[in-house]
Amino acid sequence: MELKQKILQLMENDARLSPRTIAVMLDEEEAKIASIIQQMEADKVILGYNTVINWEKVDGDGAMAMIDVKVTPEREFGFSRVAERICRFPEVRCVYLMSGTYDLSVMVCGETMKDIADFISHKLSTLDNVQSTVTHFMLKRYKQDNLIFEDPQEDKRLVVSP
Amino acid sequence: MSKMDKYISPTVMAIPPSGIRKFFDLVTQTKGVISLGVGEPDFVTPWHIREACFYSLEQGYTMYTSNSGLPELREEIAIYEKKKIGVEYNPVDEILITVGVSEAVDIAMRVLLEPGDEVLVPEPCFVSYAPGADLAYGKAVPVPTYDEDEYRLRPDVLEKHITSKSKLLVLAYPSNPTGGVMTQEDLAALVDIIIKNDLIVISDEIYSELTYVGQHTSIASFPGMKDRTIVMNGFSKAFAMTGWRIGYACGHPDIIAAMTKIHQYTIMCAPIMGQMAAIEALRHGEAEMRKMVDDYNYRRKLILSGLREIGCSCFEPRGAFYCFPSIANSGMNSEDFCEKLLFEEQVAVVPGNAFGAKGEGFIRCCYAASISNIEEAIERMGRFITRHRKC
Repeated sequence: MELKQKILQLMENDARLSPRTIAVMLDEEEAKIASIIQQMEADKVILGYNTVINWEKVDGDGAMAMIDVKVTPEREFGFSRVAERICRFPEVRCVYLMSGTYDLSVMVCGETMKDIADFISHKLSTLDNVQSTVTHFMLKRYKQDNLIFEDPQEDKRLVVSP
Repeated sequence: MSKMDKYISPTVMAIPPSGIRKFFDLVTQTKGVISLGVGEPDFVTPWHIREACFYSLEQGYTMYTSNSGLPELREEIAIYEKKKIGVEYNPVDEILITVGVSEAVDIAMRVLLEPGDEVLVPEPCFVSYAPGADLAYGKAVPVPTYDEDEYRLRPDVLEKHITSKSKLLVLAYPSNPTGGVMTQEDLAALVDIIIKNDLIVISDEIYSELTYVGQHTSIASFPGMKDRTIVMNGFSKAFAMTGWRIGYACGHPDIIAAMTKIHQYTIMCAPIMGQMAAIEALRHGEAEMRKMVDDYNYRRKLILSGLREIGCSCFEPRGAFYCFPSIANSGMNSEDFCEKLLFEEQVAVVPGNAFGAKGEGFIRCCYAASISNIEEAIERMGRFITRHRKC
């Protein structure tokens, strides 16, 4: 596997790994690892570093919905221009182009379900190329970004064994 | 309560309790411990393997298997070992499924030893071989291996310990507790001695998949060695299946038949659900296993670099998931070091002498732990060593 891929694999599991730790783990110079990471940030291979939060455990878990959006594609641009436009709304967390019975899958966050309903009726549905929307409110998150929310995860091994 | 000791066999009474057991009790009484004292993977068994077990239970596989184990599993093991160590075993009469390698070691010793026969056991080593020999009325003869040799068994040292009563040699590489390996050249240097002295080898290869530098070689793969070697392996370490207790022994049909005789009267058969899971592990588990091995390898480098930075001298372990650093500069013996480290910094490592007298002056650190725990443990150990450094 290429060095870049190894670095990405390690960072995808734990973004907090320092270049020094990664360098030790991969038998490389720290400066080399730091510069590769910097380059990947500049090239937008690494887009950012998020934290996966279980908002249910703190106040204000808010509301979230997955919206199936049917779109009329545009000549020359296909689905891209309307998708990019939808991306610009701060309420929108994710936008994916899908195969199947609808075109875009849009994940939207708001403080309440009403916020989301307002966003759909006033902003999303009113876009020129949007034909229809089907909204699915999210009831509970079980797993996200490879992390299971209520996984006890404690070490069940004996503390000392031969 | 009246004492019942007098009823217990003197052979059993003479076996000392495991040094690890004593330390285990101490650790469980201490709060906030980071443990590098564990002897098993920190992964749980891959989901597809667990799921295959559920499915087999749903399908009603809850009965005995043949004494030797499920034919499909033995066939898969034959394919696997052929690919891994280049030795062909007939799944019909050269492979026995056991309850972990521990059972395989036990019954092999019982099959092969007569009272007074000697078992050559390179030390430091896993805790079971010497008691296994004792329980079979044999006698374990420790053969020292040395830090400066990275705990390889040296042919000259082996030869020095061979007597007319020597019958068995235990080779357990990659090694628990040292992480040392025997390369093809290292093993080649032993072959003539083994054949000349008519020794049988128990080759415990439970950590063989966890070989990070070079390829694992089995002593059974050398000319003239297949018949006099019992290769033992299992699913515990490579596939993170310690609790399933599925191991196996491959060897000459006469030896396997004799082992099966004891196995059928004492165990009957290894649990079928574990055997079904083991089939899934061999058929579809390699990718996940490779990922786990890569992950151990990252952590191996991390802990080794950390230990050296805090002043512990440690050779590069090339297998298993242990480092075996020297604690000579603390001026303490292994047990005192581990107890003080536990009480003062709440880090559990295992005293080297729990693995034989040659382990004195060393500690076993297991890196099957999270990266954050390894880093925190190294920091705490660094403080401890600075405080107690004698030279």
